[in-house]
Amino acid sequence: MTAEELNELIEQEVEANKLFVHSINVCVAAGCLSSHADQTLDALKKEVKAKGLDKEIKVKGVGCMGLCAAGPLVEIRDASNAAQVMYQGVQGEHAEQVVASAGKQSVQSLVCDTSIPFFAKQVKIVLENCGLIDPERIEEYIVAEGYRALQKCLQELAPTKVVEEVTKSGLRGRGGAGFPTGLKWATVAKAQNKQKYVICNADEGDPGAFMDRSVLESDPHRVLEGMAIAAYATGANRGYIYCRAEYPLAVKRLKNAIKQAERVGILGQGIMGTTFNFTVEVRLGAGAFVCGEETALIHSIEGKRGTPRPRPPFPAQSGLWGCPTLINNVETFANIPPILRKGGAWFASIGTEKSKGTKVFALAGRVSNTGLVEVPMGMKLREIVFSLGGGIPDGKKFKAVQTGGPSGGCIPEQFLDMEVDYDSIAKVGSIMGSGGMIIMDETSCMVDVAKFFMEFCKSESCGKCVPCRVGTSQMYDILCKVTDGTATPEEIAMLEELCDLLKSTSLCGLGMTAPNPVLTTMKYFRNEYDAHIQGKKCPAGVCKIKAAQEVLV
Amino acid sequence: MNSTLASQIVTLKIDGKDCGARGDETILSVARENGIDIPTLCHYDGLTDIGACRICLVEVKGSPKLFAACSTLVTEGMEVSTNSPRLQRYRKTILELLFSERNHVCAVCVSNGHCELQAMAMKLGLTHVRLPYRYPNLKVDATHTRYVQDDNRCILCQRCVRVCAEIEGAHVWDIMGRGIEARAITDLNEPWGASTSCTSCGKCVHVCPTAAIFEKGKSAGEMVKRSFVSELAAKREVYE
Ligand SMILES: Cc1cc2nc3c(=O)[nH]c(=O)nc-3n(C[C@H](O)[C@H](O)[C@H](O)COP(=O)(O)O)c2cc1C
Ligand code: SF4
Ligand code: SF4
Ligand code: FES
Repeated sequence: MTAEELNELIEQEVEANKLFVHSINVCVAAGCLSSHADQTLDALKKEVKAKGLDKEIKVKGVGCMGLCAAGPLVEIRDASNAAQVMYQGVQGEHAEQVVASAGKQSVQSLVCDTSIPFFAKQVKIVLENCGLIDPERIEEYIVAEGYRALQKCLQELAPTKVVEEVTKSGLRGRGGAGFPTGLKWATVAKAQNKQKYVICNADEGDPGAFMDRSVLESDPHRVLEGMAIAAYATGANRGYIYCRAEYPLAVKRLKNAIKQAERVGILGQGIMGTTFNFTVEVRLGAGAFVCGEETALIHSIEGKRGTPRPRPPFPAQSGLWGCPTLINNVETFANIPPILRKGGAWFASIGTEKSKGTKVFALAGRVSNTGLVEVPMGMKLREIVFSLGGGIPDGKKFKAVQTGGPSGGCIPEQFLDMEVDYDSIAKVGSIMGSGGMIIMDETSCMVDVAKFFMEFCKSESCGKCVPCRVGTSQMYDILCKVTDGTATPEEIAMLEELCDLLKSTSLCGLGMTAPNPVLTTMKYFRNEYDAHIQGKKCPAGVCKIKAAQEVLV
Repeated sequence: MNSTLASQIVTLKIDGKDCGARGDETILSVARENGIDIPTLCHYDGLTDIGACRICLVEVKGSPKLFAACSTLVTEGMEVSTNSPRLQRYRKTILELLFSERNHVCAVCVSNGHCELQAMAMKLGLTHVRLPYRYPNLKVDATHTRYVQDDNRCILCQRCVRVCAEIEGAHVWDIMGRGIEARAITDLNEPWGASTSCTSCGKCVHVCPTAAIFEKGKSAGEMVKRSFVSELAAKREVYE
């Protein structure tokens, strides 16, 4: 597709949209779908047709609006795309009322207040199109300034300039470790090899995390555009998206998006009339957490057993089939189009000194507003949990936030006023990770939490290296004894010794970070460990302590 | 082999000793050339290194991370330390983990006296295991006419997998399952005796560090292993 054709397509779409007076957007991402948003969408479509309004009101399915807890969410917008009202918990039976309210008095009983901090305090870059565009139509993405950044790169910027812009933005990898994205791109760009690859890591395996899923389901073209720009900047011509098979909707929308982009000539050969070629394929993960680790992921794409290998060499030097390979996370790629559109300096103006831009967090656990939020880096943890998250339900008391999934740690109350960015989270012993935030209140037992994550690591360990394979198993056994009330002080010392061993000697990040939940809970909630061991009591009342006699026999 | 790296000459220090090396050599091979012994378990001369056992970890000045000597290439100016108290401690604990993992009963083992795991324990001064033994219930496969596989003694070093795939070219062995449930298997987890891909060459028997694979009818004294793999591998490289 040439630039003129792209503009033509935009005009056609804008013209077509002008005919409508209102649009009713129904969230059809996984969260709302689970509360039957598909039926809501059907009912609304039928209702509009029945009332003969299908020339005036456009009913469409869109991506995630964020407040998954209140789904299915429905939004009414006017011709200028300004929001009239958002409704929550809309079922098929509400269709008549909802349609009748377009441009009129809103249905008070269904209104979802969007002036609450959960919505008002968000800054949307990655999620800017989520909930606004139909993820299954490339036209809508294009009208929302989609593929404009790619066009600009191909027409105006040399590959080195693209890398420079990404470096200037200060963007760091959103897959967990926070590696500077510009530096990674530059390394791959410099590598001397005819064949290079770009891989998008969409394996998202942390329990409780669904940021990447939401982006893929709500705005798949954004990820494709980010990958295409990366391919242009680094000299790659083939891309893979490694997506977990547990995300069938994301896979379907990705495949659909790839087909559409190929059809209009945005992917494929001679993109936008230039000599740039880039094709993308989706590969499915088979449900192994460790396959999110980049070298294991590459083995898996190659058709081998998904186990990590020692680095160096890093994938940027020798990756897929031995070729230089750029591997980035979904959210990392999703940040790329706006950075190229608005400039690296714009992106760098948001966030903290060393962590730029925004971060999408998945709020889960003991918090009133569970769902997705995108906030600027550096927002206080307290604000995220209590203002956006709406605090702890049922008048319970806050205890800790678990970030970074099984590789992260539990952050206690005393750090609530910490600014959330890569470095400050690392300082308190946890990691930013991919953005999962599990909030815990006084009813959670921290030893039990540590045990849960150790069990996860034990069953997800690939089994290649000894410290992780046997170490996680032994640590889990000790933690079981703690929650039983039968652990001895020597066993606690051994637990600490194994934490150090795994951190220092494991082959990959899974084993190296597996001790984090144990280490942080031991550091900040030692009293709970002591209560189980010496007091034979679980303060939160979660663990079943074996009675004293039982222990004796 | 990486030809650009192979043509580079680098100098480095291992335990204070100045060493010269080619850029495509590992820390382990340079150390051994210079008479410095780094303990290893999964490494086997002539096979691709995988960095699985973590026994060979060394410290490199300037990096907080430890590196597996068997699978890390030397670089110019590197300063390697191979036997610090910290490394000795880690190695011993890793061995303890291995002994606790399966059922290693040396006194009744056919490899008693010829076992690399046992030898490593003696070498590193491991006298007892502080971790509880897991005593898993594991299978013994005696269906092959000449050999036996005993899961109780396997340390998952993957030497059998590599020798069979890389040297014999049969790829009978592989690993199945994850984490503590991982097992060495023949073909698609079929009885070894039913394997149509096994050539009965016996290479796996000779590379197995323990008696997880052994030859039927041999007594404990006869379980001596031959090392021929590095020679075969070297010859292949010449004719490639
Ligand atoms: C055990 C393990 C699991 C991982 N899982 C994921 C994952 O699900 N998604 C992801 O993007 N990165 C994951 N990573 C990080 C990747 O290895 C890699 O660093 C990342 O994809 C790089 O992308 P980025 O630079 O954009 O963050 C995982 C790492 C480890 C050690
Ligand atoms: S640390 Fe765990 S997951 Fe990583 S290679 Fe070792 S056994 Fe596999
Ligand atoms: S059977 Fe022997 S060679 Fe094979 S993995 Fe087990 S210990 Fe290693
Ligand atoms: S010998 Fe190097 S990790 Fe096993």
